Amino acid sequence: MASRHDNNIQLNEDGGLRHFLTIEGLSRELLTQILDTAESFASLPGRPVKKVPALRGRIITNLFFENSTRTRTTFELAAKRLSADVLNFNVSTSATSKGETLLDTLRNIEAMHSEMFVVRHNQSGAAHFIAEHAAPGVSVINAGDGRHSHPTQAMLDMFTIRKHKPDFTPLRVAIVGDILHSRVARSQILALNTLGVTEVRVVGPRTLIPTDARTLGVHVYHDLEDGLRDVDVVIMLRLQHERMDGALLPSEDEYFQLYGLTNERLEVAKPDAIVMHPGPMNRGVEMDSEVADGPRSVILQQVSYGIAVRMAVMSMCMQTHKSGELQNGGQS
Amino acid sequence: MSDLHTFLTHNAIIDLIDGMANVLQTRLSDHRIDNPAMIGIHTGGAWVAEHLHRALGLDEPLGLLDINFYRDDFTQSGVNPQVRPSTIDFDVEDRDIILVDDVIQSGRTIRAAMNEIFDYGRPRSITLVCLIERSGRQLPIQPDVAGLQPPLQTDEHIRLNGPDQLSLQISRSRKPRNG
Amino acid sequence: MSISILGGRLIDPANNIDGQLDLHIQGESIVAVGEAPQGFVAQQTIDASGQIIIPGLVDIAASLREPGYTAKGTLETETLAAAKGGITTLVCTPDTDPVIDTPADIEFIHRMARKLQQARVLTAAALTQNLEGKQLSSVAALKAAGCVALSNARKPLANTLVERRALEYAATFDMTVFLRPEDRHLHAGGCVHEGVVATRLGLPGIPSAAETVAVARDLALAEHTGARVHFRALSTGGSARMLRDAQAAKLPVSGDVSAHQLHLTEMDIEGFDARCHVSPPLRTLADRDALRQAVADGTIAAICSDHQPHDPDAKDRPFPETEPGISGLETLLALTLRLVDEGVLSLQEAIARVTCGPADLLGLPYGRLSAGLPADICIFDPRDHWRLDSSALLSEGHNTPFEGWEFNGCVTHTLFNGRLVFHKN
Repeated sequence: MASRHDNNIQLNEDGGLRHFLTIEGLSRELLTQILDTAESFASLPGRPVKKVPALRGRIITNLFFENSTRTRTTFELAAKRLSADVLNFNVSTSATSKGETLLDTLRNIEAMHSEMFVVRHNQSGAAHFIAEHAAPGVSVINAGDGRHSHPTQAMLDMFTIRKHKPDFTPLRVAIVGDILHSRVARSQILALNTLGVTEVRVVGPRTLIPTDARTLGVHVYHDLEDGLRDVDVVIMLRLQHERMDGALLPSEDEYFQLYGLTNERLEVAKPDAIVMHPGPMNRGVEMDSEVADGPRSVILQQVSYGIAVRMAVMSMCMQTHKSGELQNGGQS
Repeated sequence: MSDLHTFLTHNAIIDLIDGMANVLQTRLSDHRIDNPAMIGIHTGGAWVAEHLHRALGLDEPLGLLDINFYRDDFTQSGVNPQVRPSTIDFDVEDRDIILVDDVIQSGRTIRAAMNEIFDYGRPRSITLVCLIERSGRQLPIQPDVAGLQPPLQTDEHIRLNGPDQLSLQISRSRKPRNG
Repeated sequence: MSISILGGRLIDPANNIDGQLDLHIQGESIVAVGEAPQGFVAQQTIDASGQIIIPGLVDIAASLREPGYTAKGTLETETLAAAKGGITTLVCTPDTDPVIDTPADIEFIHRMARKLQQARVLTAAALTQNLEGKQLSSVAALKAAGCVALSNARKPLANTLVERRALEYAATFDMTVFLRPEDRHLHAGGCVHEGVVATRLGLPGIPSAAETVAVARDLALAEHTGARVHFRALSTGGSARMLRDAQAAKLPVSGDVSAHQLHLTEMDIEGFDARCHVSPPLRTLADRDALRQAVADGTIAAICSDHQPHDPDAKDRPFPETEPGISGLETLLALTLRLVDEGVLSLQEAIARVTCGPADLLGLPYGRLSAGLPADICIFDPRDHWRLDSSALLSEGHNTPFEGWEFNGCVTHTLFNGRLVFHKN
């Protein structure tokens, strides 16, 4: 069958980034370039003027079909720090069910000359769909689609890891919790494997681990202690309350008993292991306060790096022409 | 690119920079600047600044600037795959800055660098030092100290290579480059 | 009008015929296979040299969308599409609007089809009122009005008790019941097979168990009630296995498979391709191969189009929000012949699966070329190599993942009731 290559849809003819929809199909070099570019922005908060003029005059639209004040605010801040103008569209899914299709919404907004869409939607594949229908010169950034992908979150998690452990190759990383429903986990697994870590583990009860999880490139553990043994990085995933309703788990209490992170349980991990959480965190469910506020937690850093990473992705995607080999002497 | 030839080699360039340091020193005294801080523009300017910084014996660590996100043609060229973070570890506010670049041509790089410096704070003064000053200015920006002013045609390009062994190369391309 | 079809290879699996034989038609009926009858003069001849003459195809599962969903298709457009695909008899699904659950609904369809004269449209009437799965429909009246089977389309029956009663009642009137085996709780809002691709793309999955649980339950009820049960659109190897065992135990049960399930798998969903969103979902290579085996050994006696034309909007959305279904009338024969190319079936077996196979399941006198029967003929050129261009489909629905596929064998003539309803230029 003449299949469509969703990976190549992200890249323009030069191999540069046009859309940022999923980690899948992106090279180690490209991911590293995103991290390196983010470095340039990570120091901005220390300056009086925290902006760079790179995207001045450009319009970036936040197209959020799923509510999320946190993520939207981060993207908005990132866009503003690049000196871009920001439009916010909170399209509740009930509005689109009143007749206006997703495509119609997109065309209406494109008419306002926005060159970049940051899209969050509750259906997997939504960002791809929008990218496939985007006008030439328009870029799409996936801020989370259903259970499929949340690539900017994965990249800021990689950035955080690299700050503490500059070399990815020897690392063992454990991701604990509801992998089945987690777009963050899927993207993290892809990023970690592409960046060449030694091992990725997923830890959780069978009801929360997807069928054929091994095909994602992970080792599956159902016992927390086994899963954490000798790891360098522990990533805890948020447990959504609905999971109890869906007969996936009996209670948050039992979940914490089996999979909640405490300092005691962390002892089997490497002594310098770091603890991460993509947020928002449920204290007493995924981890207790001792760990959350303890010396190994880098959760607050993740939040602050989120802006730098998103600035990097946005500036890499936003181009009107393809970039050739650049030399600083080009415009001395 | 055709017709590439080496214009100046490492030792000659170091001598040139030493000469520039002397001229700069005089100028700083004339203007009563006694505690300047130096900023070099990536990548060529940074290499020159390293030598200049040593020659002047400055205490303050050398600041480094990547002007990628301040370029006025950013959305045409996009992000340089080798973009480096800017690091200025001193307070720019009310400081006398020596800004160093390798080659000045159109003047846009210097404008971008100055815009970026002002986002760090408001300096008291900026003294511009360039290794090579050549024709092709598109903005009213001139160096205060220049090492050499070689006469070049519009289709000729000069470039500093480094970092360990510095060399200046001149090449001629078929199409005149937009400087 | 009298017509002779000359010079072709005639394959009629029902009568065990495969040879260079002519076919002679008088009015609406076949008068002879081979030698023309004495005194027969053909007013028109069709030169079929180099081509293959087979019975017009019998497709026992096609959604023709009229009445009620005419944006997706009408009886006129879809019977035209059927004719192009060499299909002369269609059994349409009851999920129209209104649902086919009264004699008047059946009469409407028959009347429209008679007027159009492009294909024979038979009906599978609703098993329950309004397809709601709770109350029995008037089976006796529906049978009297001419429906050939009962079906609850893709809607669930309320519970096993209703299913038992419905099977018993249908058995009273010797009606075959089409069942789509799917446990709606295990289906749980899924849209793709629960497997490797669902895991990677983060799409909600439908486990194979959703189908096999239902097949097991339905087989038990079929055995208990003695009803004739036909499983519609099987998608798993497990179902094929259970069906085979049930047939070996002499239960009057049968099954069919949609043509696309014999070629595509979950891997084809790469890139969230909504053209591959079908129900039941495309499953694994192992399932596909098991279904092929079941078709080859006759456990599954019919290959259907499972035709579901859609308006463009229905597929132009994020994958989970799209409507499932493929516009399949014009690729039924091509996909079936492809199985011959791939060594799954012999040519005679392949033709049987789309002619007498489905016809015999419902006891219909079609799908064969016997003298006295309606002259429903399909002539195709096996040497014709062609490429599918979805924009050239006659169906109102252009939703097909076989866009760009290359096939050997193209229909050149279709005759329905002795009338030429399709002729390739």
